[in-house]
Amino acid sequence: MAIVVERKSPTLLERTYLPQIVSGLFITFKNIFKPRVTLQYPDQPPVLPKGYRGAPTLVRDSEGREKCVSCQLCEFVCPSKAIRVTPGEISPDSPYAYIEKAPKEFKIDMSRCIFCGMCEEACPEKAIVLQNEFSINAATRAGLVRNKQALYAAGGVMPDRIKKWKKVKDNSEFGRKH
Amino acid sequence: MEKQTVNVNINGVDCEVLAGQNVLEACRSVGVEIPYFCYHPNLQVAGSCRMCLIYTGMPARDRATGELLKNDDGTVKIAFAPKPSIACGTKVAEGMHIITNSKEVENCRKAVIEFLLLNHPLDCPICDKAGECKLQEYAHKYGNAESRFVENKNVKPKRVEVAGKIIMDSERCIECSRCIRFCREFIGRDIFGFTKRGSKTEISVYPGGDNDSNYLLNVVDGCPVGALTEKAFRFQMRTWFLKATKSICAESSAGVNTRVWSREGKIYRITPRRNQAVNETWMSDSGRYIYRRFEQKNRLSVPRIDSSPCELQYAIDRCMEIMKLGNIAIVANAWQTVEEQFVIAELAKACGAKVHMVSHLGEDDGKLVSADRTPNMRGAFVTGLVKEYPKADLRGLAESVRAGEVKTVLCFREDLNDLGFEPKDFKAANIIYCGALENSTSQIAKICVPMRGEFEKYGMWINRQFRIQRFEKAVEAPKDTISDISFLLTVLRDVSKQSFAMPSISEVRKRMCAEIPALKGCENVGDEGKLIDASAFADIDFPESDAMHYTKKNPQTEASARESETK
Repeated sequence: MAIVVERKSPTLLERTYLPQIVSGLFITFKNIFKPRVTLQYPDQPPVLPKGYRGAPTLVRDSEGREKCVSCQLCEFVCPSKAIRVTPGEISPDSPYAYIEKAPKEFKIDMSRCIFCGMCEEACPEKAIVLQNEFSINAATRAGLVRNKQALYAAGGVMPDRIKKWKKVKDNSEFGRKH
Repeated sequence: MEKQTVNVNINGVDCEVLAGQNVLEACRSVGVEIPYFCYHPNLQVAGSCRMCLIYTGMPARDRATGELLKNDDGTVKIAFAPKPSIACGTKVAEGMHIITNSKEVENCRKAVIEFLLLNHPLDCPICDKAGECKLQEYAHKYGNAESRFVENKNVKPKRVEVAGKIIMDSERCIECSRCIRFCREFIGRDIFGFTKRGSKTEISVYPGGDNDSNYLLNVVDGCPVGALTEKAFRFQMRTWFLKATKSICAESSAGVNTRVWSREGKIYRITPRRNQAVNETWMSDSGRYIYRRFEQKNRLSVPRIDSSPCELQYAIDRCMEIMKLGNIAIVANAWQTVEEQFVIAELAKACGAKVHMVSHLGEDDGKLVSADRTPNMRGAFVTGLVKEYPKADLRGLAESVRAGEVKTVLCFREDLNDLGFEPKDFKAANIIYCGALENSTSQIAKICVPMRGEFEKYGMWINRQFRIQRFEKAVEAPKDTISDISFLLTVLRDVSKQSFAMPSISEVRKRMCAEIPALKGCENVGDEGKLIDASAFADIDFPESDAMHYTKKNPQTEASARESETK
């Protein structure tokens, strides 16, 4: 059995909506002169906490050498399959020929990336780093796929603490040759 | 014949194992894993890695009387050897006690791994072997997490090219000598060797001279570390991305068991699969690259009628219309599976066609590349497509086309232009070409139906030993191709005006095995394949000469003798 609830019909004043408008505007004008509590985002950049996980980038070491050796562990670990690496060989004439391997192409699909940081964790060379960039946009879907050049441009230089490959090189030059 | 067994005690459990085995194989047969690097079931034992160290002991006997000694509690006293011994070089004996899980054995393994890693470069991120490297696996399982080595590592030659197909990195080598033994025992020639001594020992290639062989790449599969890597596969793809499919090599009638490694429909490499009765653990280098036949530029992927592209269904409908005119000849081939050949035989019966085949002969190397360069010529005999060994050309068929006896030629894969047909013969008869690859016949055929290649279908082949072997589909075929079997069944249904209940290969296989006596019980052959009764074909002169696990006179005895060795 349906219960009919009778509605009060609004008073004349209520039907004009004027008291509501006035009281609303009063709150608006009151806050105009108060200090701001929100971040004025596009004009004011946010302060990102340490360890923020933004866009993944590729970095170079202090010599400007590309750190990535295209081991494809990031591609393997990526839960959203955003990373695609095409491995390649460093030519024997290069000064870094002793490293032997470098990516021929490296693509990250930013529309697939979920910024989980697993790639950074898996990387044995500390070559892929999630940095502070968070506003990633493009006019097309294809524009959101970053290639190797774009990833290095976004990544910049991140000096190595261990200098593993320098050790290998020094050893091959001054080490126990027979 | 009943195999002799001995009773041994492995880690306190009494087991019965085959006599004459080494301890490593005996333990593996009862599921106890012993790690090893240098041991290989098909090579001589070298005992150079020391990874398989275990403790063995025999029941103690009184030296004077020869009686068994007892412990205080009445159990038989076991006299263990004071030092560990290598499992690969120790044969099992009656009453032997084997310990593989004690603290001492663990320490042995840990120490061996530590020694092997002293001068190992630890460049797994750039090493192609990573993911299938024994050193990597065992270092995780048995080794220390941290290195105590603070000195500089030894420097040895890196990135050395061997015979144009292998890249050698001596720093990664753990001196297991598998490659040396393989070349010496299988190829019959020394190609690799150790130079220098002690920790400076390095693997090197004999300088100068011809170091090439058609079996050289087997050392890459055999290498337990990344010291020898395949140049063609170098830095192409990490192994953990690749899907391995059990397949059979289509290079020749040897029927080498293989694994096809692919990712996302692209084949990256082919490696041998162990079948002790056929190819042991080896395969030819030329067989590793036959997948390149199906590269895009040669691939036939658009159906055509009179050289203009059309819908697949339309092309098939036109085929059936032409087939109705009669006077058909079918050119089958020996790359087709037994199932397909069986349906061709049915089709030939239904439309009164004569089946022609062509032999593809090459040089027999006496090992795993046989003279017959097709994988399934025996299948054509078993399914009754041919009665005698086919000739190398189709002149007879070309004659009958010219004489007007044959109006339609249904040609599978073969290039008629090379086999005695002349351009005018293509006008005299309707040529229907069905194949996976473009050739000069496909260019001018009346109808051209794209089919699937060996890696895009599954089925069975019969090798030179009359061993029927199954292979699986490795990659997806391009769209607008039809599998041979569905094409044949569609045509057969139309020609014979019967509704065959043969929708799938397994149905065809079931019917085939029921109808052909030699194939009885072959519906579901295992990974080792199955020898079938070949007595009906004993007087046919096959072109293969004596080779590995194959004798021309009596292929079955040799093959079945080896069969028992496979586990």
